[in-house]
Amino acid sequence: MNKVTFDQLQETLYHEELPNGLQVYVLPKPGFNKTFATFTTKYGSIDNNFTPLGEKEALRVPDGIAHFLEHKLFEDEEGDVFQLFSKQGASANAFTSFTRTAYLFSSTMNLKENLETLLNFVQKPYFTDESVEKEKGIIEQEIKMYEDNPDWRNYFGLIASMFEKHPVKIDIAGTVKSIHEITKEMLYKCYETFYHPSNMVFFVVGNLNPEETIQFIRENQAGKEFSKPEKIDRFFDEEPEGVHEKQVKIPMNVNTGKCLVGFKDRKPDRQGKDLLAYELSIQLLLEMMFGQSSENYQTLYEAGLIDDSFSFDYSGEYGFGFSVIGGDSDKPELLGERISSMVEEFKGKELNEELLESIRKKKIGYFLRSLNSPEYIANQFTRYRFNDMDLFDVIPVLESISKQDLQTALEEHFVVDTQSSQCLITPKGE
Amino acid sequence: MKLQTFSVGPLHVHVLPSTTYKTNTLVLHMRSPLTKETVTKRALLPYVLQSGTKNHPSRKEIRQSLDELYGATLNVDVSKKGENHMMSFKMEVANEKFLSDDRPLLERAIELFSSVILQPKTTEDSFDSTIVEGEKRTLNQKLSSVYDDKMRFANKRLTEEMCEEEPFGLFVLGDANDLPEIDEKALYSYYQEALSKDQLDLFIVGDVNESDMKKVIEKHFHGLTSFPQRELAFENKPFDLKRDSKEIKEEQDVQQGKLHIGYRTNITYSDEDYFPLQLFNGVFGGFSHSKLFINVREKASLAYYAASRVESHKGLLIVMSGIETDKYDAATKIIFEQMEEMKAGNFSDQDLEQTKAVLKNQLLETMDVPRGIVELEYHNLLSSTKRPLDRWMDEIDKVQKEDIIRVAKKLQLDTVYFLKGKEESSNE
Repeated sequence: MNKVTFDQLQETLYHEELPNGLQVYVLPKPGFNKTFATFTTKYGSIDNNFTPLGEKEALRVPDGIAHFLEHKLFEDEEGDVFQLFSKQGASANAFTSFTRTAYLFSSTMNLKENLETLLNFVQKPYFTDESVEKEKGIIEQEIKMYEDNPDWRNYFGLIASMFEKHPVKIDIAGTVKSIHEITKEMLYKCYETFYHPSNMVFFVVGNLNPEETIQFIRENQAGKEFSKPEKIDRFFDEEPEGVHEKQVKIPMNVNTGKCLVGFKDRKPDRQGKDLLAYELSIQLLLEMMFGQSSENYQTLYEAGLIDDSFSFDYSGEYGFGFSVIGGDSDKPELLGERISSMVEEFKGKELNEELLESIRKKKIGYFLRSLNSPEYIANQFTRYRFNDMDLFDVIPVLESISKQDLQTALEEHFVVDTQSSQCLITPKGE
Repeated sequence: MKLQTFSVGPLHVHVLPSTTYKTNTLVLHMRSPLTKETVTKRALLPYVLQSGTKNHPSRKEIRQSLDELYGATLNVDVSKKGENHMMSFKMEVANEKFLSDDRPLLERAIELFSSVILQPKTTEDSFDSTIVEGEKRTLNQKLSSVYDDKMRFANKRLTEEMCEEEPFGLFVLGDANDLPEIDEKALYSYYQEALSKDQLDLFIVGDVNESDMKKVIEKHFHGLTSFPQRELAFENKPFDLKRDSKEIKEEQDVQQGKLHIGYRTNITYSDEDYFPLQLFNGVFGGFSHSKLFINVREKASLAYYAASRVESHKGLLIVMSGIETDKYDAATKIIFEQMEEMKAGNFSDQDLEQTKAVLKNQLLETMDVPRGIVELEYHNLLSSTKRPLDRWMDEIDKVQKEDIIRVAKKLQLDTVYFLKGKEESSNE
């Protein structure tokens, strides 16, 4: 077991790689009532083309299968896993993202029982034809719920306008049509390929004893048999560098329009500290350009083009990266134009160092605040780990980013002509 | 963690020392009865206040000062607690102990926080007209976009239908029709009225002690001492449902129908039956082991979500589910059957024990979050029955099956609201 202490943050992280390849991390949080645990596989909605374990040919699977599998794993031979968690006073959940599927619980009692339940249900798939069919009705309603949600449609509409080939453009839950193609056999193939312990991270944070916790997980894993770890072959069609479409409009049954502007990374192959420094640089730039303390925010707000829903974000993984800026507006078209021209203007000016220092402080404070949240720590740490980054490097890297680093990221990422798309939600009118 | 309380003029200050967090948290609640005359002004006021102070005359300048305080956050919002309308101001600031720069942040944060509340940008007896016009526009847009979030829209419609004759039927953000009447002068005079009449509670959670806080709050909230002392009763009128239950169906261009069903519980936080009601809700629809989830979702595959929640300060229970438009009869049948099962006591001891475990867990988890602690303490402050948080666990444990059946029998169906899709689109 390795132990790393972060003096300034007053945190200690314990780590062990188990013989079956599982990475286990434990972070004690004295003073908290709860413990939060996540069991995550590096497998998400984008992994729809791969060589199944023990086979030679690549297989393309229906859209939404990773998410479908997440739903079905909660069913056990003895029944529903939710029931078991709640008997043990825990609340369980799961989510599927572009690149990860995470299973989690939080509880303030029965830690060992809950850890055992989490480890065991994720490592014991049980699918029947009947239960797979039954799930289709449930997921169909989940998809329809999102279809009525204008923010969701705006976000995925924007991604689809930026990307032509990359599966990040596919809705995580798939479509009503694609989920109906899913069978029990396909689920097992995906499971066998992606749920090997060597492709997974187990993270526990909260009120716990680190040695005992790791010991417990170690023994649980030692009692199970797994095949030898194998490298997983995943295939992605080559994605053009520039955006697919410059603008997409989606008419919907809404009163207020929406506009999101996206910037697509040209060479999304960064990992480790490079990716961390790059993504923090993009986030600093977004804050400088469009944060609530910026000149631009004030201008857009006073012109009546934005309201409190205005926000921005950057997402970067191996293979794709993009930033998103925008929100509600009754003049979505004009907002899109203004955001683009503000980016151009910002690039034309010398970076303001005083502003950089102030935004740097803000980001450091935000990071510190997020360490109050066990959920944030577990989820982010795992995402960072899958990209060879370390969550506890955030403050030192933030402190080290120079004006020159920002200038480079600015010119690399914010290219209006070729790398930027817009997606507008427009009121349909009855 | 022990609550310590003192007053500065009409302001009640509650200090909760804790070393668990990396930040310090401030929450100010301003409470007043929910009325048609004041609801829109109150929905506007906190947003005007956070848009300019005497020393920081714009949003931008306030936000720049927050950035300088290592990204201190400032949020304002309005909410309903029963028939009370709350304006809330929240600030969270890093504890400098965890920074390489150890200049104290909390007092500077409190100074900024108090200036937002007590030193707005004004000209004579009026707010800044540009700020007020801007915030009126934003509020108008927020009100109009409630329509765009169908779950929220259905919930608003259900509440309006159920509570037509009660203040609770007013929407928390007010009414767009009131906006033209509200100008910078009228709003400023309402601001003075709110400072004179509202119940004022300030909570501080973090690595602090009472005597330091007393000095700092007395200094920065001194302005309040010229306003009158007051103790405002918590508005909570029981409602006697005399009419028959209603069924309202409305049609829109939506993929998924939104089914919202409202019951009267006639039980609020001060009642003996409050904890039995929590247990009832947990067995019936509050969690993923509850009857609604199991029967509407898992067994019948009719929905992705099917849940119930309790409106604690008003005495309502609301069921929500998203279904196909043509599955209305099937879904309501199952939901009503599950309610009958509850009344008949058809649930096991295991269901009960499971729900107790989950409720206790939820409560303990809420206490891990600074704002959660404030919420629980405030909840308690509002109630005539004072129950210290550590007694809540015992209260949950004490509940028996008979208590839940008694509560179930008190429930009255008030309104079924269904936002349905257009018939032709459901035939795809």
